[in-house]
Amino acid sequence: MSVELDVFVGNTTIMDEEVYQFWLDGYTVNDAVKVRMEGGVLEECEASAEVLRSDTMDQYRTFQMCERLLHSPAKLANQLLFQIPPHRQTMLIERYYTFDGVFVREVLGKKLSKGTKKDLDDVSAKTGVTLKSCRRQFDNFKRVFKVVEELKGPLVENIRQHFLLSDKLARDYAAIVFFANNRFETGKKKLHYLTFQDFAFCAGQLISNWTVGALDNMLEDMDVDLEKEFLQDLKELKILITDKDLLDQHKSLVCTALRGKTKAFNEMEANFKNLSRGLVNIAAKLTNTKDVRDFFIDLVEKTFVLPMRLPCRSDKWTAGDMRLYLTHYTNSAHILDTFKHQVVWDRYMGVIKSCILKMYHD
Amino acid sequence: MPGKLKAKIVAGRHLPVMDRASDLTDAFVEVKFGNTTFKTDVFPKSLNPQWNSEWFKFEVDDEDLQDEPLQITVLDHDTYSANDAIGKVYIDIDPLLSCEAATVISGWLPIYDTIHGIRGEINVLVKVDLFNDLNRFRQSSCGVKFFCTTSIPRCYRVALVHGFVEELVVNEDPEYQWIDRIRTPRASNEARQRLISLMSGELQRKIGLKVLEMGGNAVVGYLQCFDLEGESGLVVRAIGTACTLDKLSPGTAPNTTTHTNTHTLPNTAPTSNACNSPSKDSKESPLAHGCRSTHNSPVHSTCSSQRLSHSQNFSVSVPTLVFTGMGSGGSVGKEAGPLKTLLRQHTQSALEQREFPIFTLTCFPPGFLVHVGGVVSTRSVKLLDRIHNPDEPETRDAWWEEIRQEIKSHAKALGCHAVVGYSESTSICEEVCILSASGTAAMLNPRFMREGCLDTGGSDHRLSRQPHPGMVGSERGEGEVSSTWLGFEDASPPSCGFVHIPYDEFNMPFPAQLTYCYHCRRQKVPDVLFTTIDLPAEAEVTGKGCLIQARLCRTKKKAQGEVNATSISNLLPFMEYELHTQLMNKLKLRSMNALFGLRIQISVGENMLLGLASATGVYLSALPAPGGIQIAGKTPSDLSYDQHISTMQKRIDDTIAKNKELYNIHPPECIEEVVGSPIPDRQRSSRLFRSTSESSDELSELDLSHGKKDAFVLEIDDTDAVEDIQSLLTDAPIPAGFYSCNTEVMPGIHNWTSGLQMFTSVRVYRLSNANLTNQGLNKIFTDLCENLLKSLYFKLRSMIPCCLCHLNFTVAVPEEELIQVAVTAVAMSFDKETQQAADKALTRGSGENEEQLQFSMEMCGESTISNNQPTAKPSGVPESAMVHSSRVSSSERCSPLPEGRSRSLRSTRSLPCGAPVTVVKMTPLSFLPGTRIVKYLGIINMFFIRETTSLREEGGVSGFLHSFIAEVFAMVRAHVAALGGNALVSYSMKECVFMENPNKNQAQCLINVSGDAVIFIRESDQEAIPPLLTSRQTSSTGADGTT
Repeated sequence: MSVELDVFVGNTTIMDEEVYQFWLDGYTVNDAVKVRMEGGVLEECEASAEVLRSDTMDQYRTFQMCERLLHSPAKLANQLLFQIPPHRQTMLIERYYTFDGVFVREVLGKKLSKGTKKDLDDVSAKTGVTLKSCRRQFDNFKRVFKVVEELKGPLVENIRQHFLLSDKLARDYAAIVFFANNRFETGKKKLHYLTFQDFAFCAGQLISNWTVGALDNMLEDMDVDLEKEFLQDLKELKILITDKDLLDQHKSLVCTALRGKTKAFNEMEANFKNLSRGLVNIAAKLTNTKDVRDFFIDLVEKTFVLPMRLPCRSDKWTAGDMRLYLTHYTNSAHILDTFKHQVVWDRYMGVIKSCILKMYHD
Repeated sequence: MPGKLKAKIVAGRHLPVMDRASDLTDAFVEVKFGNTTFKTDVFPKSLNPQWNSEWFKFEVDDEDLQDEPLQITVLDHDTYSANDAIGKVYIDIDPLLSCEAATVISGWLPIYDTIHGIRGEINVLVKVDLFNDLNRFRQSSCGVKFFCTTSIPRCYRVALVHGFVEELVVNEDPEYQWIDRIRTPRASNEARQRLISLMSGELQRKIGLKVLEMGGNAVVGYLQCFDLEGESGLVVRAIGTACTLDKLSPGTAPNTTTHTNTHTLPNTAPTSNACNSPSKDSKESPLAHGCRSTHNSPVHSTCSSQRLSHSQNFSVSVPTLVFTGMGSGGSVGKEAGPLKTLLRQHTQSALEQREFPIFTLTCFPPGFLVHVGGVVSTRSVKLLDRIHNPDEPETRDAWWEEIRQEIKSHAKALGCHAVVGYSESTSICEEVCILSASGTAAMLNPRFMREGCLDTGGSDHRLSRQPHPGMVGSERGEGEVSSTWLGFEDASPPSCGFVHIPYDEFNMPFPAQLTYCYHCRRQKVPDVLFTTIDLPAEAEVTGKGCLIQARLCRTKKKAQGEVNATSISNLLPFMEYELHTQLMNKLKLRSMNALFGLRIQISVGENMLLGLASATGVYLSALPAPGGIQIAGKTPSDLSYDQHISTMQKRIDDTIAKNKELYNIHPPECIEEVVGSPIPDRQRSSRLFRSTSESSDELSELDLSHGKKDAFVLEIDDTDAVEDIQSLLTDAPIPAGFYSCNTEVMPGIHNWTSGLQMFTSVRVYRLSNANLTNQGLNKIFTDLCENLLKSLYFKLRSMIPCCLCHLNFTVAVPEEELIQVAVTAVAMSFDKETQQAADKALTRGSGENEEQLQFSMEMCGESTISNNQPTAKPSGVPESAMVHSSRVSSSERCSPLPEGRSRSLRSTRSLPCGAPVTVVKMTPLSFLPGTRIVKYLGIINMFFIRETTSLREEGGVSGFLHSFIAEVFAMVRAHVAALGGNALVSYSMKECVFMENPNKNQAQCLINVSGDAVIFIRESDQEAIPPLLTSRQTSSTGADGTT
């Protein structure tokens, strides 16, 4: 005797959050049943493995039917096929668009193309996330990217409205879209220590300060691209390292301010010129798309993130030291009489400072 | 020109992509009614078209309005080739034809295609302007209200119960017409959907005419069924109970209907109002108007029987079993005789005039039901023959007439003049058809049927009750009803009167063991009572009830024609007997003494018969306590065998004790002594023999170890019996926190919360082993049902403590070696803490939803109009959208967050999305706990066919059926919402025929669902007075339905 057909349909769609998670994680029905059995639902409800299997199959079918709707979450609210209470709808959407930190690190900054999708089995093998789940997450990225690409207005808000996501998740997606669009390199070995949240924070900073939308929400353009004029203006900052007087003056101002306030003073004084060159060079090169891609690597390599992390421990700057240094480094530039690019400088350094502080950890 | 139908096509949304090149659709709409068709403009290149059409007006006869559905077809315009159909919507106009039901149909309705399922939605507006028609011989019956509910609908009061109405119409099944060979399956399925929609409309109209003839204004307990007879045609038949209902509405009560006035004035002669003399009018009504009238028309019936005799039809009528308590030995008693005769005289006169004193109701106004005799049922096996002339479906009529006559005579044999809780069903396999009918023989109070009685008893009755508006018409409200009709009241207190035997105890129709009623001690009662009705509200129950099922499988040889029919009819009595035995054993095992809602289904397949009996067992306090079960072996010599028996006996005793705990059955034990003698010889044992052994000499050998109580003896004389006892004990226990029943509500549970989940579950099993014995099949079938129940409990575990109510199992044998089981039920959670308190406080089962109906009507009337300012809803939902969601919003409080979101989204995208989707509750019950139904909007009766030629791609058979059922639910909900309702009560899935051909990657399914669309409001909202000002606020804070 075999069960040929087995369905259960409720007027209010029944969904078990645990099973939903299994489905999202790409478990097969059999695996999900196995895990559920170990989880002890059976004893709780005096059910048999058969019952569990039938339930799991039902739920999987329901989720599969819902998936189409989840692709455009706005439809979920006014579709008629499934009667799902609003708070459940929110849960379904939020969970569907939630991604694994390990997975997103692998594709962050990559082109969301078919080629990348083909390589997902490698990513799956590397991260331990099932291929099915990888594909869902990748498709989510791509879908969000495609929708907001054509929209005007603030990125985060667009994502939040179109995909009905929580603010946090919308910001994360904004970061993913932003990285994919600008193709920031994040896969190099030196960047491996950085988590997705580090990058997401940086992306948030860049979006809200360096894009067109950052200045005026009403502008026709949207904030996926960095503002061209601003990048052009950044070239002017070069004077800080090319003009020797200015460089010395800047150094002395910073050193005066720092003296006696930190143990790492000597290191700071010794490295000032290197650091300043690094920072300003990054700014000056951002007009090249290639250099934009390398922005984060440059931050790590050419500024002090890497040097300060690696050498002997005693010389290491604390996060407090770094903050102190950057604050004075930024502020001192205002006192330089011949330096005329205060606005651009602040706009640049504000972001750089918060990015560096975020990235400055083990 | 008595009616003008107006339709406006507003917009579409979520349409499918019909043009691959542009990924868009050029949609337009055809609106068709009868032979008139209108078209909208093409709305180019959009998946969310905004047609905003003019009002399309159809000027039609009201007859057509009742028969025809409004057909809306959405198409994709194609310049070069034929336009592609996207899908269709059928709208039943009927609810708009009654002034008390819906006034407009407006909302998003799913566009349905038989191949693709739901493909987007369309927003329509439909209205009807009806002109008065004074033609006496009219063909239409506009204004007659239909209810699927098998009790008097809440918010109505029954003035008169006229009785049984039935009708059937037949047609050729389009699938079997010659044209089907050259058209696509899709076209044929669409033709079927359309035809059935038409036939249902026609059937409803004809039933309505009969009701008008009888002087009624409503049909309650309307049950419509399809018989897909294949080659021989398509039969749509319906039965119901004609009533005169008065709407409970204090402001309008005195002048709504003339009926009311005639009833309340005793001086008015019954004849003064023609439509109020049911019997006469219907009998003499001229048949000139062309409507067949099968009821009470003697000429007609003889004619049809002649036809039957010289036609080639084969038919076998099966000896019928009358179920009541089965026990041996009579009992001696006195008294009560003359009283009963008098009662019979009074009531009979009222009923005798009708040909069929049959009622489809299962719940009754208080005092309606006087005595209950027991279950009466009839089955008849027929050979189907092509229906040659669809306009004269006499054969089918004659079949049913025959069966109803038999039912009537069975009821007579039980000393009853009426049958209540009546239903009819068929099971068809190839050319063999089993017709079944069952009901409960009963004595009824004639007050509800005759004018005279109503006037004398009813008028002062009503006047006396006027100060308590809450009590009027609350059919299940407890209390001193039927004030002093005929002066018998003292003899039959409402809480136990209905169990008193209606038959003469000296001339009992079957052996039964009678005792004096444990409640009033004055009348005789049987030891066990089986009924098909719901537990009367006034009945006194000890403990809780539970679902009891008997399952049976019988193999039969494959055969054709008459041989086949004969072998089936030979098997039937044995199956009925076995099922009955099982029911009785299981009842005893649970220490209960009465069954309610008994439904026995026998399903025929090519090589087997399936029998499934479901009922809700309870312990009626008025009936004697059931004895235990005693096992007796035939061969006492063998020691190990003895041991085996004694262990088994112990297990049974343990189970009984456990069940008593579980269902909280602790009847007072010692009452017998108090009252003493009239109960004769309590030492007797009732016996149940297994089918063949009918010897009674063993009576003396038995050791009645159960002391004073009657023991129920199971004799083990063969392996079958051992198996049976095993299976008796292996019924899986219900998980803690769950209860189940197949009646409306569970006796002993009162504190329902608003937690509610209606569901349908379907399973199909393939029997792998072709040569199964009856025993093996039984085991498999039992496991199927048990596993299905287990799955349900698991699925619904989050609702604990909860009760599965109205568990309705349907079994079928769609193909050889396939068994299909479908279950529809509602899970309702209840409040455990208050439950316990209530258990103490309430010993009587009383529905809690019935009070103050009049009051609620008034409030609703206003609130629907003026509740457009939702004070608790902060942000601006478009005003138009709030029109009918305003009354819903109070009950369906959704978390504000997602709603706010979707709203803001809409505003940015300016899609025609409108208000959030109305939440529509569905339940097979006639009420929603913690709520009050304030308006009935009309009947929903929908028929869908879905087919696929890509079964694998749609997720196999399960995926296919899963999405189809979900689609059916969605369409039902959408139509309820479009009528302005927020719930469907008395929902049932009457047909679910699934066929597959996996080799061809094809499957097809037909589903028929029905129910009553209603508007309900939360009781918590009601309590706030004045409702208009505060209901919104309370809705945001008020706790859900605690009463």
